[in-house]
Amino acid sequence: MTNRVWRWVGGSVALIIAVFVFLVPFAFMVLTAGKTQKEAAALKFSWPTHWAFFDNLVTVLSTRDFLIVRAFVNSTILTVGAVAIMVVLGAMVGYVLQRRRSRWNPLVNFFVLAGLIIPPAVVPTIWVLQGLGLFKTLVGLIAVHVAFGLSFCILLFRAFVAGIPRELDEAAIIDGAGPVKLFFRVVFPLLRSVIITVIVVQAVSVFNDFTFALYFLPGDDNATVQLTTYNYTSQAVSSWNLLFMNVLIITIPPLIMYVFFQRQIVAGMTSGAVKG
Amino acid sequence: MSTTIATPRRSRTAGAEPQAKPRRRMKSPYPSWFFLPAGVFYVILFLVPTVASFWFSLTRWTLFDVEFIGFENYIRFFQEPPLVQGFVNTFIYAFVTSGAKVVLGLLFGVLLSSQIIGRGFTRSVIFFPVLASTIGVGIMFKVLLDPFDGPVNAGLEAIGLQGPGWWTDPATALLTVAMVDIWKGVGLATLIFIAGMVAIPQEYYEAARVDGAGAGKTFRHITLPLLQPATATVVLLSLIGGLRSFDLIWAITKGGPGFTSDVLASVVYKQYQAGFFGLSTAGNVVLFVVVAAIIFPLSWWLNRKGDQS
Repeated sequence: MTNRVWRWVGGSVALIIAVFVFLVPFAFMVLTAGKTQKEAAALKFSWPTHWAFFDNLVTVLSTRDFLIVRAFVNSTILTVGAVAIMVVLGAMVGYVLQRRRSRWNPLVNFFVLAGLIIPPAVVPTIWVLQGLGLFKTLVGLIAVHVAFGLSFCILLFRAFVAGIPRELDEAAIIDGAGPVKLFFRVVFPLLRSVIITVIVVQAVSVFNDFTFALYFLPGDDNATVQLTTYNYTSQAVSSWNLLFMNVLIITIPPLIMYVFFQRQIVAGMTSGAVKG
Repeated sequence: MSTTIATPRRSRTAGAEPQAKPRRRMKSPYPSWFFLPAGVFYVILFLVPTVASFWFSLTRWTLFDVEFIGFENYIRFFQEPPLVQGFVNTFIYAFVTSGAKVVLGLLFGVLLSSQIIGRGFTRSVIFFPVLASTIGVGIMFKVLLDPFDGPVNAGLEAIGLQGPGWWTDPATALLTVAMVDIWKGVGLATLIFIAGMVAIPQEYYEAARVDGAGAGKTFRHITLPLLQPATATVVLLSLIGGLRSFDLIWAITKGGPGFTSDVLASVVYKQYQAGFFGLSTAGNVVLFVVVAAIIFPLSWWLNRKGDQS
């Protein structure tokens, strides 16, 4: 009997509190993004008397020569490029690291761990990028993201490869597959589910990244979406509706990912909770 | 699964398997050069800058030239009040956020793995700020927590409370940012705890019930010890994130008012902006040492504890 009461009362209380604490701030943002500038300036938590959602959207999109649209193009290239490289290279390392016992493994494992933990040395990284002629380029930023995202990918891939039977490798080898063919034609396709996990988790983190873009890709010409909010924070502080519309636009893509890939995102981000 | 920082070793089953010895003249089907492409990115953009940072931190480094000045940057770092404050704040911020995420995450985790209605939906609601843009969340809360016009203080006033100055008050600025960080990150901690709890075999609970253990005892002696890997993951992840935290602080306070909410990462950025590359890099090295000195021993200790239980 207490269980039934708990099931309903506890559940509803948890639900109400969660909605209040976690959703109401977003609701405020959405409502403010739909108001006219004058109404938004009051910063009230209220329903807009006049919906200016679409007008605000157009204004934000067209500000400064469609800066945010260009930023979206940049962020898309950045995310796709960085994640694609990370997945392929990370899978290669995770696979060999799991399959083969060599004296390099402890060193590689240590570096993987260090890559997760050690904060990037920013100014020396800029120095290196400058030496390579990649500072302030999208390619440079992609490379930085790859370097820092690899560790996480390698850990997930290594754990997953452990579950793929070795007999499969052996069968392929007997059939005459070389190492490259074995990996890309036999093993890589089997990694599908973990690849999806890695893709969504890393895509969200690359897309949401602010710090690396701030350091390694400054300037408006090739701004990424996270930097676009600067337009409204620095100058026109009074246009809350536009600022919030901008924030809304850049927040939506990861949330769409969440709707479709909830299971993979959760699996990827909570790995490590269970000891195997 | 044997994954992430909590369990850095190979899983036991994988290690015990007989390894195919590389046969003579026959190339291994698992070539070492598979490490190479990833290694290139890693070495050039992570290892080289990290090693170089030790050298550059000992120099006066501007856009034009580099001059060796010994430990002057470090001395300056621990003498100038703004920089010292940033150093101290880093610890406060990391420990407050990490501690709160463990406690609240565990609480929500227990609550949301019991049989209640709307469980899945509530979980999603708590988790989704994790995926929202940090900058976006920062801007949002900056407005919400505005001490004069912000809806939060307006709401508090409506029920007769005087809201604090939040991020404009030197005494509360850092904690306000920490609070937003907790708000954003607690969903991840919750889900990690839930994943850990799902992995605990139901038989243990049944056995405990048969033995007459109450809810409190069951939690204390079964759930908590068996959640050790999850706890370790939450502690390590949130400490690493907290010590390195930059974007949320930058979005809300930019280290202000004054430098009361500066942390190492924001000091590094400010010195970089001001053109003091050597000093900025010294800050980076300090951050490196702090993170390494806390995380490596802690991760070793937490995992060892996990092996015993």
